Amino acid sequence: MEATATTHSTEAHTGPARILDREPLVLNNRSYSWISNRICGIVENKQPLLWWILFVPSVLLTGLTAFCFTYLISTGVGVWGQKQPVAWAWDITNFVFWIGIGHAGTLISAILFLTRQKWRTSVNRAAEAMTLFAVMCAGLFPAFHVGRVWMVWFLAPIPNANAIWQNFKSPLLWDVFAVSTYFTVSVIFWYIGLIPDLATLRDRCKPGLKKALYGIFALGWRGANRHWSHYETAYMLLAALSTPLVLSVHSVVSFDFATSIVPGWHTTIFPPYFVAGAIFGGFAMVLTLMIPVSKIYGLSDLITPKHIDNMAKVILLTGTIVGYAYCMEFFIAYYSANKYELQTFQLRGLYGPSTWAYYFMFGFNVFSPQLFWFRWCRHNLVVVMIVCMCVNAGMWFERYVIIATTLERHLVPGSWRVYEATWVDKFTFLGTFGMFMMLFLLFLRFLPVIAIGEVKGVLPQANPHFNDHDEKGVQEEDLMNYADRHVAKASA
Amino acid sequence: MSTTLKRVHGFLAEFDSVQDLYHAAEHVRDAGYQRWDVHSPFPIHGMDHAMGVKRSKLPWFVFFGGITGTTVAFTLQTLTQTTFWGDIGLGFLQKLAETYPTVVQAKPTHIWTLPAFFPVMFELTILFSAFTTLFGLLGLIGLPRLNHPLFVSKRFAKFSDDGFFVCIEARDPKFSQEGTKSFLEKLGGKNVELVEDEI
Repeated sequence: MEATATTHSTEAHTGPARILDREPLVLNNRSYSWISNRICGIVENKQPLLWWILFVPSVLLTGLTAFCFTYLISTGVGVWGQKQPVAWAWDITNFVFWIGIGHAGTLISAILFLTRQKWRTSVNRAAEAMTLFAVMCAGLFPAFHVGRVWMVWFLAPIPNANAIWQNFKSPLLWDVFAVSTYFTVSVIFWYIGLIPDLATLRDRCKPGLKKALYGIFALGWRGANRHWSHYETAYMLLAALSTPLVLSVHSVVSFDFATSIVPGWHTTIFPPYFVAGAIFGGFAMVLTLMIPVSKIYGLSDLITPKHIDNMAKVILLTGTIVGYAYCMEFFIAYYSANKYELQTFQLRGLYGPSTWAYYFMFGFNVFSPQLFWFRWCRHNLVVVMIVCMCVNAGMWFERYVIIATTLERHLVPGSWRVYEATWVDKFTFLGTFGMFMMLFLLFLRFLPVIAIGEVKGVLPQANPHFNDHDEKGVQEEDLMNYADRHVAKASA
Repeated sequence: MSTTLKRVHGFLAEFDSVQDLYHAAEHVRDAGYQRWDVHSPFPIHGMDHAMGVKRSKLPWFVFFGGITGTTVAFTLQTLTQTTFWGDIGLGFLQKLAETYPTVVQAKPTHIWTLPAFFPVMFELTILFSAFTTLFGLLGLIGLPRLNHPLFVSKRFAKFSDDGFFVCIEARDPKFSQEGTKSFLEKLGGKNVELVEDEI
């Protein structure tokens, strides 16, 4: 419910209860200080046992990735399963998978901000944090994929010893710029959003190291309106900058494939198809994390069924777009009358060696979200979690299908080979989940998981005209009725 | 080192709600005060108008930051990939920078290969704009700073939870010890407090 909508709808309405009342964004009429206490409490109190049960294995898994990369460097790239013609396999699949997950955060922060979707306030902080951690996981794979990781600085725009510069016409270099810009801008966006909340944590701490650290990162924030005025402009600008950025990043990732002349990759549908897929997979990951967080830390007044419902609808929409793209790829392969293109798709989906991956992809990504047409499914957390898990897996299979199975059947039949991942491939990937979880758990431990200031700003009492008798002519009685109806509805 | 010398920073008054704060701000604005501010846990819709604060100039900085990014990306790529600077008679720039076009996959080195440079130009535009936003914001609001006289007030710490404050500073030409205090009390301000800064 928009704060301003409260007064307007109350003004317009004095008769029987309206059917189309907006659902409140925060349930049970919570106060400002309840929100501060509840969210800061997560940081200030002892973590539940479950936190440790998840944290310790996460750290161990992170160590597994570190071990696998050490083994890779000390032995050689042959420990991965890549052999000609499959030169890009799990590593690039994992890169695209994690980058895709990293798209929901900025989408929620930026696009939903520009479109005034105020429900974003309860989920944007965690989604942005998730974005950063996913991009960190993603960045590992191309860095090690270059083979000699100590030469990875060649990716930076610095000339080498022979004054030879990078090839700026290559989509791989575009990717370096896109991903590093995305990460940097996401950090800035996230940090600017955190400043007021860090001040809240600072003001609640007893003097000591903690207070000093929160204080330093809060930059001396004192909530002055002359500051808020610039701050809101800055936030809006970053949202406006991030919106085209988030769309460009996965477009550029898709250029890695689309600008090549490999059948099955050389398609113009790739940029929108990849972006829709990224939003799809990212939202699934946001729900996968936020539903347990909300249950464990008692945040269900802030992350309401309405939020989950909205995100499920986004998953349904983008999943259907992805399904359309799968079908359209097939159709164009047939319609273009290009026999190499058609054969690639026949091998992918009908009689190739890895059709199982294609069926996983299609089932998980296209069919499973269709459950979200039903309100009951969107409101049943078990169903939502199962669908989100399917989508997480399905999106990995999508990238695997696009990358590895396409290369398995190259233009020269003599070099055909079925790709098999080695244990190093598998453990490296498994370990990045540990790293992702570890970073997310540390984020829960040390930073406010929900944007405290922003949630307070969408409460009805944060509207300066909430109980104006003189200016708006609103009867207080009506307002009370209005609030009561919401409470009755929420508890029903 | 702390001394007994103190300088008056201003009067701090507390208000109960956003609505009270909003009306108080309107009155302070109409009374003609210049050096004052309201403090709240979240930005209040319409408060800029109630205070008479002008629109932020930040977008102008960001515009020029963005243009700088585009220019840097264009120059970087054309210097290192094309013969463009020589073609327009500025070949000395390429000599200075010790760059020469590297031909990869027989792709052309004239300026019409420009579309291949668009992605990096776009990304650097965004990157430079974002940095300008961050540093422009910090410059405009005068942060970070390690301390502020307001933090001396014990009550003020509530601003980040559920406190709403008006602070009229002593450097305001209309400020007076008695007049400002009673003015704030008349507006409904509670716990009106003289905030002093140790010097």
